[in-house]
Amino acid sequence: MNNKTKTPLFHVSRRAALPWYKTWAIRGAALLLALVLSGIITSLVTGEDPFAVYGAIWKGSFGTTRKFWVLMQNIAMLLCVSLAVTPAFRMRCWNLGAEGQALIGGLASAACMITLADKLPNWAVILCMIVTSLLAGAIWAGIPAFFKARFNTNETLFTLMMNYVATQLVAYYCVVWESPKGSGTIGIINPKTQIGWLPQFPSQKYLMNVVVVAVVCVLVYIYLNYSKHGYEIAVVGESERTARYVGIKVEKVIIRTMLLSGAICGLAGLLLVGSTNHTLTTTIVDGRGFTAVMVSWLAKFNPIWMILTSFLLVILGRGAGEIATKFGLNRSFGDILTGIILFCIIGSEFFINYEIKLTRGAGKEG
Amino acid sequence: MDNKIAAVTMRNITKRFGPTLANDKVWLNIYRGEILALLGENGSGKTTLMNMLSGIYFPDEGEIAIDGKPVVIRSPKDAFALGIGMIHQHFKLVDVLTAAENIVLGLPGKLDLKAASKKIKEICDTYGFEVDPDQKIYDMSVSQKQTVEIVKVLYRGADILILDEPTAVLTPQETDKLFAVLRNMRDDGKAIVIITHKMHEVESLSDRVAILRHGQFIGDMPTKTTNAQEMTNMMVGHPVTLNIDRPEPVDPHPRIEVKDLTVRDIEGTVKLDHVSFTANSGEILGIAGISGSGQKELLEAIAGLQPVESGSIEYVDDSGKREQLIGKDPFAIQEMGVALSFVPEDRLGMGLVANMDLGNNMMLRSYRKGRGVFTNRKAPYKLAHQMVDFLEISTPSVETPVRRLSGGNVQKVLVGREIANAPSVLLTAYAVRGLDINSSYLIYDTINSQKMRGVAVIYVGEDLDVLLELSDRILVLCGGRVSGIVPGRGAKKREVGMMMTKLGGEADE
Repeated sequence: MNNKTKTPLFHVSRRAALPWYKTWAIRGAALLLALVLSGIITSLVTGEDPFAVYGAIWKGSFGTTRKFWVLMQNIAMLLCVSLAVTPAFRMRCWNLGAEGQALIGGLASAACMITLADKLPNWAVILCMIVTSLLAGAIWAGIPAFFKARFNTNETLFTLMMNYVATQLVAYYCVVWESPKGSGTIGIINPKTQIGWLPQFPSQKYLMNVVVVAVVCVLVYIYLNYSKHGYEIAVVGESERTARYVGIKVEKVIIRTMLLSGAICGLAGLLLVGSTNHTLTTTIVDGRGFTAVMVSWLAKFNPIWMILTSFLLVILGRGAGEIATKFGLNRSFGDILTGIILFCIIGSEFFINYEIKLTRGAGKEG
Repeated sequence: MDNKIAAVTMRNITKRFGPTLANDKVWLNIYRGEILALLGENGSGKTTLMNMLSGIYFPDEGEIAIDGKPVVIRSPKDAFALGIGMIHQHFKLVDVLTAAENIVLGLPGKLDLKAASKKIKEICDTYGFEVDPDQKIYDMSVSQKQTVEIVKVLYRGADILILDEPTAVLTPQETDKLFAVLRNMRDDGKAIVIITHKMHEVESLSDRVAILRHGQFIGDMPTKTTNAQEMTNMMVGHPVTLNIDRPEPVDPHPRIEVKDLTVRDIEGTVKLDHVSFTANSGEILGIAGISGSGQKELLEAIAGLQPVESGSIEYVDDSGKREQLIGKDPFAIQEMGVALSFVPEDRLGMGLVANMDLGNNMMLRSYRKGRGVFTNRKAPYKLAHQMVDFLEISTPSVETPVRRLSGGNVQKVLVGREIANAPSVLLTAYAVRGLDINSSYLIYDTINSQKMRGVAVIYVGEDLDVLLELSDRILVLCGGRVSGIVPGRGAKKREVGMMMTKLGGEADE
């Protein structure tokens, strides 16, 4: 047809579900594109050899056994916090308070270590730490959950505000328990007696955390996908009206799920204080409560995929630091690369859900 | 008619959604001064075809010409520029604004409400609409809102109007009014397309019918030369009988007794006012009323979903034992055998989870039956398979999210699941809303077979003709009060229609 009206070159339409290998091919292509793009930008802006930069990122993560285990520990902790927020997210309840919930769990652990060290045997202290930290995290999440269930308050703002309260509380106790006096920090707790230090595998300091988080990961996966609770969470998240219609008590599910979410955050705090650092600072959670949001979303709230996404985000973060020191670049440059990679990966979802059809010529069918 | 230039010519239109062929090389002409009824079963591609005309979708193949000139419609804005306006099933109005404000919303140029009101009045006078430009949308009835939608489209200069199932939400009287207006517009030389499932409307209103089946154009003809039976056969592809069975009730005895039921909504408005009736086992109790007369609240109160202010709802079991349902939680009521299949206007709002697949949606009723803390995932998927076969649900698989199914199939999933529980009371509202003939009859048959099993069926319907044919007794609601209960056999449509608008059906209140 020789029409003179402007026909659009292409149009976008929704795809039917793609087979899994195609979706992964698209994601793989996106990652490759991201690396090529970052490479071009690196050589254009800094004049560095992009392969050297990538090499540095790789070495920064896997260069030595120690670096490898630090990496593993970081992945485990990020994954732990991500696992914590995921049940709430599946329920479309945006718990942005993981930072504070983990911090308050850490505070509870530290409190037990400091105040009970000379009163109870080591195993009893550890037991107290576990119970109080899980409980503290759960309460910290339970407060906003109660108000959401009862008065329909906005959980996003509420949980966010609870972070600041937690930070201030920890800041206060850092001064109360400061050691040495006048330093304003707690320092290593019980350095001599090692009371309250969680048991470790003799071979590897960080292996314990990795194992604990791996177990939690599998449990959360099973809980969300195969348990009645998990099913209720999904229904409440998708449609509250439908949930009420089949007799699910929505308020109960909201509070129960948030308590669980907070308790896992509390566990993260316990591991950070009792196993990794043996001290408490206001920045001990290190923004993981917020990075976890990204980890969980990128993995579409699937705990197993979250292993991959937390791996990706930790490597990118560590790599950014590594190239900053190694090439004398600004740390922000690492962040630019991280941004490019995330942009491509998130953007690829568009091509998984939609296809672009060329109006004329050989338009490929998805 | 053939020597006229068609207002719209659609040639060879093809549209695919993934592997599904929604429209397959469709040819369609729309003429000015004519009302065209577009017929077809659910999923036959009527709405898709019209959405391409109004710029919501873009065709994969084919051409559209307006008044003989080829055009490209990329967006609803393009469609408006060509004088095409579509009135959707779901109104797109801002509640807190007035009719006039809604009508001029989004138009370029200076906001001059006075001039707008004047123009609106002119349009109303020309075609016989009744719209108060200064009335707020939230104060309006469904029918008034629809009028505002139509005026909005006319205000923008549309002379090709597409109405997608406009009568689904109207009373018989309102439908008559709408049809009068549509005839006026036709006589004024506008091209009108109406999508509907109701045969008697096609026969009384349209000049020409065009029929689609499975995305393909089957044929068109002047309405005068055809009849409901022929059109139905063309739509379905094989002969269908158009009579709804009404077997005699089997051994009816009281199953649900409602006394002086009063319900207020959150704002404190009385939704049900001292409603009393008895629903018998083995009987279909039809509930008629203008939408929003308390049907929803009534069913939800019985199902335990709606807080009740006063009154009683008693469940009577086979041995005559009575149990009060008010105060019980929905799960306990469900366990007693009360099943509710309520098809809301958005179809997916209640009863189903849009993003879950068929199996998971079947599980909504049965997930508590799993062992220990785990759900039993096998049984619901088996049920889903049976349901797909039994109710002829067209779906790629039972692992498909229900939001991907067409409206009719979504309803089959919902109704099918509720019936699968072998209930003793079946509450169903708008079960055939928007369903095609074939599916509707399948649902009527299913409901009848439940009745024969001794189930007490409470059937809330919007098509009065069907209510009159299907129900053993009809309860008419008017503004939350019982306007009357009439036997289904021999009830007159006019009479019931009057009772819907005025308590008791008398001329004055």
